[in-house]
Amino acid sequence: MFNFLINPYKFNKFVDIIFKPLVILTLLVLIAGLFLVYFSPLDYQQGLTVKIMYIHVPSAWLALLTYAIMTIYSIIGLAFKIPFSFIINKAIAPIGAVFTILCLFSGSMWGKPMWGTWWVWDARLTSVAILFIVYLLIIFLNHAFENREVREKTIAIFILIGSINLPIIKFSVDWWNTLHQPASISKLASPSIDISMLQPLLVMTVAFSLVGLIIAILRIKAEILMRKNYL
Amino acid sequence: MSLRFQRLILILTTLVMLGAALLLILFNTKQNIVFFYTPSELIENKITSGVKVRIGGYVKKSSIKKKSINSYEFKITDNKNEILIFYNGILPDLFREGQGTVIEGSIIDQDTVNASKVYAKHDENYMPASIKKELEKNNQWKKEYK
Repeated sequence: MFNFLINPYKFNKFVDIIFKPLVILTLLVLIAGLFLVYFSPLDYQQGLTVKIMYIHVPSAWLALLTYAIMTIYSIIGLAFKIPFSFIINKAIAPIGAVFTILCLFSGSMWGKPMWGTWWVWDARLTSVAILFIVYLLIIFLNHAFENREVREKTIAIFILIGSINLPIIKFSVDWWNTLHQPASISKLASPSIDISMLQPLLVMTVAFSLVGLIIAILRIKAEILMRKNYL
Repeated sequence: MSLRFQRLILILTTLVMLGAALLLILFNTKQNIVFFYTPSELIENKITSGVKVRIGGYVKKSSIKKKSINSYEFKITDNKNEILIFYNGILPDLFREGQGTVIEGSIIDQDTVNASKVYAKHDENYMPASIKKELEKNNQWKKEYK
């Protein structure tokens, strides 16, 4: 049933069916999200600036999600020798890098008015900056080796080593004193964010994920085509 | 056991070992990773004067004194110990009594610090301004919301 996740031919077939509805759905969710953000209330402390959150949090979520997907594909690619994993690794690394830079940039814009600084070297900000560098290195590695098999294995191992950064990013705000505030949504208790602000945030997160998914599908399809033609 | 599961186990154990090694390093160098000390940690560690430090805590209620334009004096507290801060410069918008803050500066003596930078730390609570008014009207507003 989930064969399309590891088989390029089934992937192509499956994606061709869902692509058009997916694009329409994405547009609808994105427009709904932007409307909700526009009409969302101002924060009692931060005022209008809180709206940066609706860009910042979804980008951060996607930056981590993309890497998590690459990690899973690297494990099954190396362990079960599934070549499709390496296609996905190559296709989605730049997407993760773009969302990471979006997250860093919007966070910087948010930090200046709220904290009083564009950037500090606290654990959260530094670990996300490292994530961005890791993404860049993965993209560079994709252009590094002549031998495809060596290249793919090297990248997968590099992704696995870099994946140790993920829990560090997630828990940095709990383990160490940081300027960055702790998570609002994933607290075990009820989220410390009001429902009228949580709704637009969740819709925007879904919208960002769908946009990321569409770009990923296009990139994976292009990568499959390339390999068909050159192998 | 098939070869592929041997490989899977090899990969997973390697990851766990690497992760454990890194976490051990990170937790043993905690002093270099924390962004700031709390006032109590600063007093415990007996850091000598002239050293650059960052201190985080809450701005003590009614401790902010404006000495002249852009020259301030206030206390940072963690509800156990407090540290007197001198600062010349512009304070961030969120900076006010009871608000979390991080300052960067050099130590003058045990509990006085000359700040060169002041950051406001905001918490993870988000709430529409209109709800705050409602809560205040009904006396439901809790102090920890600030």
